[in-house]
Amino acid sequence: MFGRLTWASIPFNQPIPLITSIVVLSVVLAVVAWITIKGWWPYLWNEYITSTDHKRIGIMYIVLALVMLVRGFADAIMMRTQQAISVGASQGYLPPEHYDQIFSAHGTIMIFFMAMPFVIGLMNFVVPLQLGVRDVAFPTMNNVSFWLTASGALLVNISLFVGEFARTGWLGFPPLSETQFSPGVGVDYYLVSLQISGVGTLLTGVNFVTTILKIRAPGMSYMRMPVFCWTSLAANLLIIAAFPVLTVALGLLMLDRYLGFHFFTTDGGGNSMLYMNLIWVWGHPEVYILALPAFGIYSEVVSTFSGKPLFGYRSMVFATLAICIISFMVWLHHFFTMGAGADVNAVFGIASMIIAVPTGVKIFNWLFTMYGGRVRFTVPMHYAIGFMITFVIGGLTGVLLAIPPVDFVVHNSLFLIAHFHNVIIGAVVFAVMAGYTYWFPKAFGFTLDERIGKAIFWLWFIGFYFAFMPLYALGLMGATRRLQHYDDPSWQPYNIVALFGAILILFAIALTVVQLIYSIRTRDRRRDLTGDPWDGRTLEWLTLSPPPHFNFAVLPDVHGEEAYWTRKQTAIREEQLIEEPNYEPIEMPINTPTGVIVAFFASLCGFALIWHIWWLVILGLIGAFAILVWYAWRDEHDHVIPVEEVQRLERERRRVRNALLQELIKTT
Amino acid sequence: MTTSEASTIGLTHGGSEDTGLGNRGPQSKNIVVPYGFWLFVLSDMVLFSALFATYASLVHATNGGPVTSQLFNRTNVAIETLALLISSFICGLAVIAAKRKEMLWTLIFLFLTGFFGFVFLVIELTEFAGMIAIGAGPQRSAFLSAFFTLVGCHGAHITAGLLWIGTMMAQIWAKGFQPHVTRRLLCLSVFWHALDIIWVAIFTIVYLIGTLP
Repeated sequence: MFGRLTWASIPFNQPIPLITSIVVLSVVLAVVAWITIKGWWPYLWNEYITSTDHKRIGIMYIVLALVMLVRGFADAIMMRTQQAISVGASQGYLPPEHYDQIFSAHGTIMIFFMAMPFVIGLMNFVVPLQLGVRDVAFPTMNNVSFWLTASGALLVNISLFVGEFARTGWLGFPPLSETQFSPGVGVDYYLVSLQISGVGTLLTGVNFVTTILKIRAPGMSYMRMPVFCWTSLAANLLIIAAFPVLTVALGLLMLDRYLGFHFFTTDGGGNSMLYMNLIWVWGHPEVYILALPAFGIYSEVVSTFSGKPLFGYRSMVFATLAICIISFMVWLHHFFTMGAGADVNAVFGIASMIIAVPTGVKIFNWLFTMYGGRVRFTVPMHYAIGFMITFVIGGLTGVLLAIPPVDFVVHNSLFLIAHFHNVIIGAVVFAVMAGYTYWFPKAFGFTLDERIGKAIFWLWFIGFYFAFMPLYALGLMGATRRLQHYDDPSWQPYNIVALFGAILILFAIALTVVQLIYSIRTRDRRRDLTGDPWDGRTLEWLTLSPPPHFNFAVLPDVHGEEAYWTRKQTAIREEQLIEEPNYEPIEMPINTPTGVIVAFFASLCGFALIWHIWWLVILGLIGAFAILVWYAWRDEHDHVIPVEEVQRLERERRRVRNALLQELIKTT
Repeated sequence: MTTSEASTIGLTHGGSEDTGLGNRGPQSKNIVVPYGFWLFVLSDMVLFSALFATYASLVHATNGGPVTSQLFNRTNVAIETLALLISSFICGLAVIAAKRKEMLWTLIFLFLTGFFGFVFLVIELTEFAGMIAIGAGPQRSAFLSAFFTLVGCHGAHITAGLLWIGTMMAQIWAKGFQPHVTRRLLCLSVFWHALDIIWVAIFTIVYLIGTLP
């Protein structure tokens, strides 16, 4: 009846997961109870859960990412604590089977359920606004994408309470992840949750490429799109081209595990290096799926806060597309030690170094944008500068690793760990924090506290250096990754310094929560009344904060590379706003519970797959199909916002804008 | 100042200058929906390309079991291919009938599309069953794992397509030729033809090359 699921699957005899489970469940129940007491469910259901509004979906993605950041970081600080004490006679406090689950969960969660949702959330919120349009190409599919991602995140976290998680690292390499060596449900949790969220990500890729190529404001030709839109386009093209390969790699491993196939097994002619190739054909572009939008965020931030157009816009676009293409030609550098021979390794080594060229172009473009500008040192700008310094170091160690003979020495050592945290924290985490601070007033109508924001930045920045610079040294001293215990006492001081860095980052994350609560409580004195709090240059700053459901009463006509800046300068010069438009009623897509119901059945189906409850798998599939047919059968697709409502909101915006204009005229 | 001057600097609405590529404003749903679906089909092609690569790298890993030339039967595959190509041709007819808003013919053609797809599937499953019966199932060797997965994944797509065809027929019958229904039919035909292209590749790489003397 319940397959492999028994009471023994609940970790009653292991205090750490048990206590964690109880605490997490209590927090979730408390939040649910609080929402129920406050009577917020109808609001949440109508305005968020079933919403097809790209802004709301973006916010949900970012909330998911922040929650998963806390989960993934809890894993990180447990690992750092363990490594700081587990030397010589001491075994630390985490037994190996638990420690292995923690590092696997940390990597899986941070990449798939923190970084990806954060980046996709920002794209969701910003891209349609920057393109000057009202929504993405497929609003309902957007909602489905989000809920499938959330479904994957849910399954990963259920593994904490029911059963176990994978002990095979964040990419589940065979043959270790085969049934022979990992008979438990851990790897199945890993595979199933990534397959479900992978479908969501693929649909996001389709959605955004269609949006950016087919749905833009009049006059927004390709070479006028903001760089964030370009980098989002490149990232989503990479999603379309790379995620199917991930689906195949994980799918073949599932066939091995569930049906006894022989793709990657040690017997039957299987070849585990095939998995390495497949997973990294996805895995390396994945790095750029995260990094390219991050570069886009820095481009927007640096240009805005330097008060200058982005230096070398065209070279930025070409560099982005060059990275997009070259990122598919370097996957083998993740396993030079496979033994493909000097020729093959040399080709991939050189290709990996070549990728540093367009990236270098970007760094110089940002520097030259700042040069001669009137730089305002706001929180996002702090992150941008911190990124440039940190990322260059990470890039240099990357070029070192791209040299095959060097890689043979430091392969799978802590040097590698330090390198990729250096680029992922330095580029992606700093970028999403910058983007979160930069676009927060657009989403909610008030700014985040600047003072606390700067404290968060410095804690992240200094904490990062303390946490990861020692790992470079440790790697060169011979420390490999994923060690639950080590014998050499000379490594311990480095690990203690790294723990200190992790504690600084802990404070950064705690302060992020404090900043949010404090800013909400003091929102009345930090309102963004104009819709343009940073003196912006792109179209999202044209509309109000928060924007109306339809974003723009009339789609803005784009003149020149910086659509909003051009319009603002014209208004200042002519001392008048653009003429009042002819208002028309606006059709917007209606809400739908399809996404959340599909995700419900997907979670059910996934859970059943993990525990071999076959009848429930079938039930889940039928349920998901039924809800999609139900959706396809509906006759009402749009609701109309009456012309009076459009006119009322737009007149309000014009009133606010006139006030802003008068102020700008006075100051210039 | 004349109106055109005012509009170029952005004081009036409309009149954004033509810079060549992509300044036309948002496209209609009739463009956007098939475009998005094409992108999905491309991603499906990438999925199959990974399976082809897997097959190519494992085709000789027979683990002492049967090899390609002992298993495949060209006549069988020729009939199978014919069924699929006929199905695809009729699918094209269904789209033409839908354009002319001929309800009966659309439904008949869609039914025949599905019927020939079903014939294809039955032949394929018979082939699979025969192979499993002689001990050449997917658990036998890495080569057979790759074969069953590649061809089976195409078969799974055909099965999903049959489900879609059935649902599509019900929807056309219930709702008539509304714009969103016709767009879905167009996507279905893109999907069905794409499966043909995949099959041609499977036919060549798996069966033709596999039965070379």
